[in-house]
Amino acid sequence: MTLNRRLFLAGSVASLSAAGALGGASRALAAARKDLNIGIRLEPPHLDPTAGAAAAIGEIVYANVFEGLTRIDRDGAVKPALAESWTISDDGKTYTFKLRSGVTYHDGAPFDASVAKFNLDRARAPDSVNPQKSLFAPIEAAEAVDPATLKVTLKQPAGNFLFGLGWPAAVMLAPATAADAKTKPVGTGPFKFANWTKGASVELVRAEKYWGSPVKLDKAAFKVISDPSASFAALMAGDVDAFPIYPAPENLDQFRADPRFKVVIGNTEGKTIMALNNGRKPFDDIRVRRALCHAVDRKTVIDGAMFGIAKPIGSHFAPQDAGYVDLTGKYPYDPAKAKSLLKESGVPEGTKLRLVLPPPDYARRSGQIIAAQLKAVGLDVELVPMEWAQWLSDVFKGKNFDMTIISHVEPLDLDIYARDDYYFDYKSQAYKAIYAELTATTDQAKRIELYKKAQEQIAEDAVNVFLFMLPKSGVWSADLQGLWENAPIPVNDLTEVSWKA
Amino acid sequence: MLTFALRRLLALALTLAVASAVVFVVMEVLPGDPAQVMLGTEARPDTLAALREKLGLNQPAPERYLAWVTGLVRGDLGMSYTYATPVTELVRDRLAVSLPLALMALALTTAIAIPLGAWAAARRNSVVDLGIMGATQVGVAVPNFWFAMLLALLFAITLRWLPAGGFPGWSGGLWSGVRALILPAVALALPQASILARVMRSSLLDTLSDDYVRTARAKGLTEGQALRRHALRNALIPVLTIMGLQFSFLLAGTVIIENVFYLPGLGRLVFQAINQRDLAVVKSVVMLLVASVIIVNFIVDLTYAAVDPRLRRRA
Repeated sequence: MTLNRRLFLAGSVASLSAAGALGGASRALAAARKDLNIGIRLEPPHLDPTAGAAAAIGEIVYANVFEGLTRIDRDGAVKPALAESWTISDDGKTYTFKLRSGVTYHDGAPFDASVAKFNLDRARAPDSVNPQKSLFAPIEAAEAVDPATLKVTLKQPAGNFLFGLGWPAAVMLAPATAADAKTKPVGTGPFKFANWTKGASVELVRAEKYWGSPVKLDKAAFKVISDPSASFAALMAGDVDAFPIYPAPENLDQFRADPRFKVVIGNTEGKTIMALNNGRKPFDDIRVRRALCHAVDRKTVIDGAMFGIAKPIGSHFAPQDAGYVDLTGKYPYDPAKAKSLLKESGVPEGTKLRLVLPPPDYARRSGQIIAAQLKAVGLDVELVPMEWAQWLSDVFKGKNFDMTIISHVEPLDLDIYARDDYYFDYKSQAYKAIYAELTATTDQAKRIELYKKAQEQIAEDAVNVFLFMLPKSGVWSADLQGLWENAPIPVNDLTEVSWKA
Repeated sequence: MLTFALRRLLALALTLAVASAVVFVVMEVLPGDPAQVMLGTEARPDTLAALREKLGLNQPAPERYLAWVTGLVRGDLGMSYTYATPVTELVRDRLAVSLPLALMALALTTAIAIPLGAWAAARRNSVVDLGIMGATQVGVAVPNFWFAMLLALLFAITLRWLPAGGFPGWSGGLWSGVRALILPAVALALPQASILARVMRSSLLDTLSDDYVRTARAKGLTEGQALRRHALRNALIPVLTIMGLQFSFLLAGTVIIENVFYLPGLGRLVFQAINQRDLAVVKSVVMLLVASVIIVNFIVDLTYAAVDPRLRRRA
């Protein structure tokens, strides 16, 4: 149904777009606008990033309304935010944060060390519903030494702690307004929440008072447009100025040809893999997993499913992150070798396998191509489209699957391969040892060495079939500057966004 | 008449009770855990348990059913899991879009279909009839989302007369709201008008061959007079039935058009709630729609009975 519809629309869009471009040329350009309309594909369920996992929450409020002790910048680096600076004890277990003074929430409430302590305690409390509770698990105690000093003691050194504090799930809420943050978010950021028309848009306006450098925009509206063809129409008609994650790659060339728009292809941390159920036959046999790696031609998948704009990967690590090793050549595309490996491991020709596909387009499109490639080596793949909620309960929780295609968007998430009971069910003592060492190491050079070892171990064991990095294809007005090109975390930081005069 | 109405009322209450049980059971067996959907893949088991407790999902099913139904009876539709907002409020906001849209689309449908259908019937087997029937055949066959896209490309992108989508709300004045609903209403009305015009035509042709029309003609009326005074009114009964069905559809079955024009309507609320397993919203909104259809049918039944005394006696 979806596929037919897309084909249908592709035809109609192509035939009328020439007329669209002509009509647009006469559009008057307003000088130095102060407002911005941003298109987002999914509506957030609510606006409290400390109580929900939906990326759409952070895409609206992170850095704009809410801030954390640290923040992640456009290059994925950890920068000071509400904490001006910090010192780490030699044993890596005590972090002393010097907090910015004079910071207030949009309702006038002050931010100080006791507020920071409240947030850390709230996130790790027994009744906490923080989607990233593991980030706070290493904390032994948080103590407000004085209003401007926060001391955090850890149970064991945690190399990623400062990075984790910069995530959307670690932003600082005010004690008095935290309970209502889902519908009335009150933060310390440069924008304050103005209005939410459910199902349509979320509006932010500039806060009167802000501790950091002043923002250039007076207001920003996030408009929910989930239909790919509607997002095309909305940009073309000028109803939205920017679509930071544009959902229809098939239209990108049309925007490239149009001087009113900029097409910006950037990175995300989305490692797209075909996950294999390592605990289930025949995937418990390493030869079978390697055979699948040889059977899949990444280039065809990327050209066909991603319109050629994605980077291939050979392990569970993003190329832009420090410590990356290129392992894409480890299992070159070789159907003959795949066939012989399958034969060797006793998998008969015509073996039926189920490939579960969650809703995103990258999964559905890649699945079609991979099924054909696996057929070429004698496997009979049944494609099983599944909606998200059922994927979570059947595949992710129930481990009831053979293979599935999914993008892992958490940055530096090597820990998932060390987890018992994770959905792809990889169990390796060698890997766990590498990961344990990584967790206990704070020295950056040593960490990079360990990152390399971890990637190599995962590739060696052919845990999953590693496909490509999910690209971030953004389309926005040529006069707009300051939006993030890359998405080290899924956010729309508007602090440096402005219109050309 | 009174016993008839009472009997119908009892049937209505029973239907609603059965519907509520069916809706509840379907929601129970639907795979997927609302807490897991809200907290995502990184959620720890203790966090999930804490959220399920907060949402009241840990209570036994019969208890939750009873709480839900007593809430419904008191007019309390419950609280959305994900939006953390009363469902009543969500429905009210969505109705502010869906109700005017459905009414506009229905008005447009009627304005197009009734005259066209009547014209085709009056000139049956002529070029006019053939032309109208051909056009309505196309109208039924063309997918309305595709037609919607064409409308958006022409009127929003090329001509820039109307917005490509979205809904600014009614606070900005009547015109800004109506403007946003024109293209979706046209897109919705086209297939509905095509269906209704065909129904109108065949119904009118049926009545035109009835005895009383022949009598009217024999009395000395012209064909046009007989059609307007006698046939038309009687031919409208099946047309009204179809319109009732169309209105229910237009109120909640328009999710695809709402998507194309990114309108915050009732259809998208339900669709999104199903995807997010916001069962509180799905249950209550579905129940509300069921109730509205059943009540509309009840009113239609009463009207029929008032119009046609034979129905009363049979019931």
